[in-house]
Amino acid sequence: MGTVTELKYESPETAQAVVALLSGVGPMARIFAGGTDLLVQMHEELIEPTLLIDIKGIPETREIDVTADEIRIGAAVTGAELGEHQELKSRWPGIVEAVELIGSYQVQGRATIGGNLCNASPAADSVPALIAAAAKVIIAGPNGTREVPAEEFSVGPGRTCLAAGEFVTSIVLPKQNQRSGDAYLRFIPRTEMDIAVVGAGACVSLNDDGTCASARLALGAVAPTAKRVAAATDILQGNRLDDGVLAALAKAANDACAPIDDKRGTIEFRTKVAGVLACRAVKIAWQRAENR
Amino acid sequence: MPKHQITTTINGDEVDFGCHAGQTLLDVLRTELGMTGTKNGCGSGDCGACTVIVDGRPVNACLVLGVELQGAEIETIEGMAKGRTLHPLQQKFLDHAALQCGICTPGILNMAKALLEKNPDPTETEVRYGLAGNLCRCTGYDKIVRAVLDAAADMRANG
Amino acid sequence: MANENSTTNYKWVGKRTRRPDGVDKVTGRARYGDDMTVPGMLYGKILRSPHAHAKILSIDTSKANALKGVKAVLTSAEIPDHPLSQPPYAPIINDMHDISRNVMARDKVLYDGHAVAAVAATSERIARQALKLIDVEYEVLPHVLDPLEAAGRAAPILHEDQFTYSADGLSDKPSNLFRSITGQRGDLDQGFAEADIIVEREFTSEPVHQGYIEPLACIATASEDNCVELWTTTQGHFVIRALCAKLLNMDLAKVRVTASEIGGGFGGKNTVYGEPVAIRLSQMTGRPVRMVMTRTEVFRASGPTVGSRTRIKIGARKDGTITAADAETWYQAGAFKGAPVGRAAETFFSSYTIKNARAVVHDVCVNRPKVAAYRAPGAPMAAYAAEGAINELASRLAMDPVDIRIKNAVREGDESLMGTKYGQIGLLDVLEKVKSHDHYSAPLGNNQGRGFALGYWMHGGGLSSVSAHLLDDGTVTVATGNPDIGGSRSSMRVMAAEELGVDIELIKPIVADTGSMGYSHLTAGSRTTFATGMAVIFAVREIIEKLRALAAKKWRLTIDQVTWEAGQAVASSSSRGGIQSLSLKELAAMATKMGGAIAGHSEINAGGAGAAFSAQLVDVEIDPETGFVTPLRYTVVQDVGRAISPDYVEGQMQGGAVQGIGWALNEAYIYDDQARLQNTGFLDYRMPVASDVPMIDTVLVEVPNPNHPYGVRGVGEPCLVSAPAAVANAVENAIGQTMSSLPLSPPKILKRIDEAQAAGG
Ligand SMILES: Cc1cc2nc3c(=O)[nH]c(=O)nc-3n(C[C@H](O)[C@H](O)[C@H](O)COP(=O)(O)OP(=O)(O)OC[C@H]3O[C@@H](n4cnc5c(N)ncnc54)[C@H](O)[C@@H]3O)c2cc1C
Ligand code: FES
Ligand code: FES
Repeated sequence: MGTVTELKYESPETAQAVVALLSGVGPMARIFAGGTDLLVQMHEELIEPTLLIDIKGIPETREIDVTADEIRIGAAVTGAELGEHQELKSRWPGIVEAVELIGSYQVQGRATIGGNLCNASPAADSVPALIAAAAKVIIAGPNGTREVPAEEFSVGPGRTCLAAGEFVTSIVLPKQNQRSGDAYLRFIPRTEMDIAVVGAGACVSLNDDGTCASARLALGAVAPTAKRVAAATDILQGNRLDDGVLAALAKAANDACAPIDDKRGTIEFRTKVAGVLACRAVKIAWQRAENR
Repeated sequence: MPKHQITTTINGDEVDFGCHAGQTLLDVLRTELGMTGTKNGCGSGDCGACTVIVDGRPVNACLVLGVELQGAEIETIEGMAKGRTLHPLQQKFLDHAALQCGICTPGILNMAKALLEKNPDPTETEVRYGLAGNLCRCTGYDKIVRAVLDAAADMRANG
Repeated sequence: MANENSTTNYKWVGKRTRRPDGVDKVTGRARYGDDMTVPGMLYGKILRSPHAHAKILSIDTSKANALKGVKAVLTSAEIPDHPLSQPPYAPIINDMHDISRNVMARDKVLYDGHAVAAVAATSERIARQALKLIDVEYEVLPHVLDPLEAAGRAAPILHEDQFTYSADGLSDKPSNLFRSITGQRGDLDQGFAEADIIVEREFTSEPVHQGYIEPLACIATASEDNCVELWTTTQGHFVIRALCAKLLNMDLAKVRVTASEIGGGFGGKNTVYGEPVAIRLSQMTGRPVRMVMTRTEVFRASGPTVGSRTRIKIGARKDGTITAADAETWYQAGAFKGAPVGRAAETFFSSYTIKNARAVVHDVCVNRPKVAAYRAPGAPMAAYAAEGAINELASRLAMDPVDIRIKNAVREGDESLMGTKYGQIGLLDVLEKVKSHDHYSAPLGNNQGRGFALGYWMHGGGLSSVSAHLLDDGTVTVATGNPDIGGSRSSMRVMAAEELGVDIELIKPIVADTGSMGYSHLTAGSRTTFATGMAVIFAVREIIEKLRALAAKKWRLTIDQVTWEAGQAVASSSSRGGIQSLSLKELAAMATKMGGAIAGHSEINAGGAGAAFSAQLVDVEIDPETGFVTPLRYTVVQDVGRAISPDYVEGQMQGGAVQGIGWALNEAYIYDDQARLQNTGFLDYRMPVASDVPMIDTVLVEVPNPNHPYGVRGVGEPCLVSAPAAVANAVENAIGQTMSSLPLSPPKILKRIDEAQAAGG
């Protein structure tokens, strides 16, 4: 007679213990943060892990650490907690907005920024904002700690650069220029409770004369992974936000798209709206930089 | 395989329960504890019918595991009325006919309660966005939004 | 007696009272389908087909059977087969041959999600695991999803034993087209010849789901002496009893069905899905079996409504008089025949007096779940096309959209296209109210548009039973056989209190099980307040008769010397001095000593429910760069006959409008190229959330239905009929372009805007 296989649950208190558990069990072990992706996938029987490793008991994954230079966000910090952090909100409003777009208030109380990144959905809302911010992902593993730029973290739908035994402990936002601002916008057909059809994150720094010192633009849901639009940086740098620049920006965003037709949108629609949102996000980021 | 033994506080009472690792809070409440006031509309975080309050935050009980809840404080619909006195939100839902079939009601009441704790004087738009994670297919939301706004006014007036 | 003809001075009718089941629902005490447990219960689960169309070559259940905790595994071999129904067919078909195959696929699976096997196990986890151990060998067949394509010659055939039925008999080759219904009058050629302007358009709509929040759930307990107790969430437990007993060859009396509180239905809980399977599993194991569908199963395997492909042509004179109208539409029935074709034919043009008109509706099988009713089944898609064409007619004639309708509106004495004669109707009143409403002339901003549409529904009556009991403390129980979805107990209580002339708190309304009541048809088609309400009135009147007799006996008078006034038996003044009155409470206390308990009951087949019309005005704003639609303002003006409980009448209208917004803008079944359903959850099946919609203003027009003592018409259906058409019209108005396929999702809208721009528009 067969029997049902049992799922196990562990909640270690150190990163080392997590690495040890991951290394011992292999791919059937899953990091469990807010569970808002994981439990849905288990409910739908898309995955059947044998071990859940809850990382919320590890202090460093739960803290937001602000220094003059950087901000380090623990991987298991929730959307609600990010939204309540005034300092973070005023320095990186775009990132906070992106995370706060995830799900409902109920989901916000659980969903983590690390989970959003590690689930590696091309439509994940925080990721274009993190890429635009030039965030770094801090990874713990059997060989110690390493850093990866946010834009290199996901390598395909549902796939990350994490090697066996590795997990994300935190995300680091870099030091900002004096006059800089960020923004994130997404398109969904409803006002809430939907997955991005297109997402656009922008980060802009201005020179004293009001021209663009540097800028980064990233798009979500228009390619197998969220991706940076490198051309946007060249288009903006040294310029002001006039119609010609915006048209070029929209074109660069259109060109960067390699989307699919699916239940959420068509190739044509995604490509067009990517340009629209790119311009709107850059405008907001620009304005925020000006107001600094 | 033995179950995990968890001790929590539910609606102010200490409650012990046993659960398997994969069992959600929703399943624990409904199956292990017979507290069926928390509803299951989807099991995947989309409908909000299972909304309960854990350690002061509204969550989807279908997206929380029982094993995580050692020491947690949980509030469910069964604890909303104090004794035989209905909560102002419950009263206003009755006064405004803010329910038809009622399956969404426990979740909406919990979410509205959490919302008003954070924002005692919300606008219509804030109530609508605050309740966006709670689907109601019957009412078109109109009377629900009115009931929440009216309850908020009452609660402000009565401290 | 309550005054039948007076339209004023009601004590309870039309008042806003708290509903009797409210407290249980705000405290979590109310028990819905999934809230029941029975000791020793097993968990049932269903294995579903991953293919849209395939032959089942073999099913091997041995590994599942061997799993510890599995008590039974079932396939279609355990479900009795029934012969196919033969012509002539009834207007609505409950073919046991089809139902048997829908609850468990027999030789073929016909849609993604079709049930192929089921297990009962000691836990849900074990049951889920067991499903994975069942080996089904399929031979995948070509599929068809589109009704026009399915009706064509080259389409894969779903049922080799289905032939097209027409007046000439059956077709010689099997076909996915089951039958076509035609409503017709006058001479179309002549009508179009008289027209100064002709609008010809095509419209399509996709299947949408009822979207009730409570998934289907039941518990069956079968006993060794062939009795069954069934607890289920349903809109009609008497219908469930009939279907289960017939399907499983059981005696009706031995199947006792109790309706749980129901978490929404909208037509989707009118038939059986898991119930017969749970009963069979319980019979096989000797234990109670609980069967609860997941949300995914609800979307994949329970009925959405039809999708449609419609061609329509309408001609009018310059003054707006419609001279001819012709519509032909293909309705997807899903895997089994039974699209609501008659209702569709009735809906197309029945708000208008068009001399020459025709509506042809085809009932076509495709590889999708079998459709179920959804609020005004068949009507919203027809209204979408007809109202869309009339709006275009109005705009091309530069006529006001309400004026063109007033010009052509049906009046008392007119007939619908399917031959229904209208009694007293409120259509003109509704249209006048729209014109005078401030919404109608409010200014619009940039990128904003206003839409208008009219909806019609001919309500149902039918069988209802009620049993009312006066208890010896003067309180009254009123038991009906109709599940309460949206506040019907409240209305029953109001009508009983009004008749008796007593406080509503003395009345306790109850939904009784099938063992305690005469047959009561579904809570559907907006029939309950009308038909069951009428039975309540009759049952209570019987109590009043008995109380008058009792008082007469006490006073030694004849019954006609005693009247019933404001909750009291009163001796008519001429008959005897001195005696004044006996209250309900006093009479109740006397009754048991003077002849026995007092009850009244009524078993009726109500007719004359009448037609109702709902007009809707909606403003939207479009983001021209993304196609995003924001509904800004919404007004529903509807003839409700008489609003017994205005709160719940408004609630129906508001709920209907918001369902219509979802239908018009975003809701749709989305399939991949293998015909597998892609959006099986609420995240991608996009029903409106609270922040998507504005407040919904309601205007209740009360033109009483003369066939009901208080003038009740149904209210739940007409408000959905016009909603998708109104929203679609608003979108067209905002972008200044026509659009013809629901849902009007942002990609479609943006494409239309871009096309128009490219064309220099
Ligand atoms: C109703 C609903 C609405 C949603 N709406 C949105 C939305 O609008 N936008 C959006 O982007 N997402 C949305 N989501 C998805 C989800 O909520 C987010 O992706 C969320 O951020 C995931 O975080 P989590 O902590 O819940 O992740 P979990 O479910 O705990 O984990 C997700 C995945 O990442 C892995 N993981 C988690 N943390 C780590 C780590 N530190 N190191 C390595 N691996 C890790 C897990 O093993 C798992 O595979 C929605 C989900 C629901 C249920
Ligand atoms: S049941 Fe938890 S959100 Fe629907
Ligand atoms: S009242 Fe039925 S879902 Fe809200």
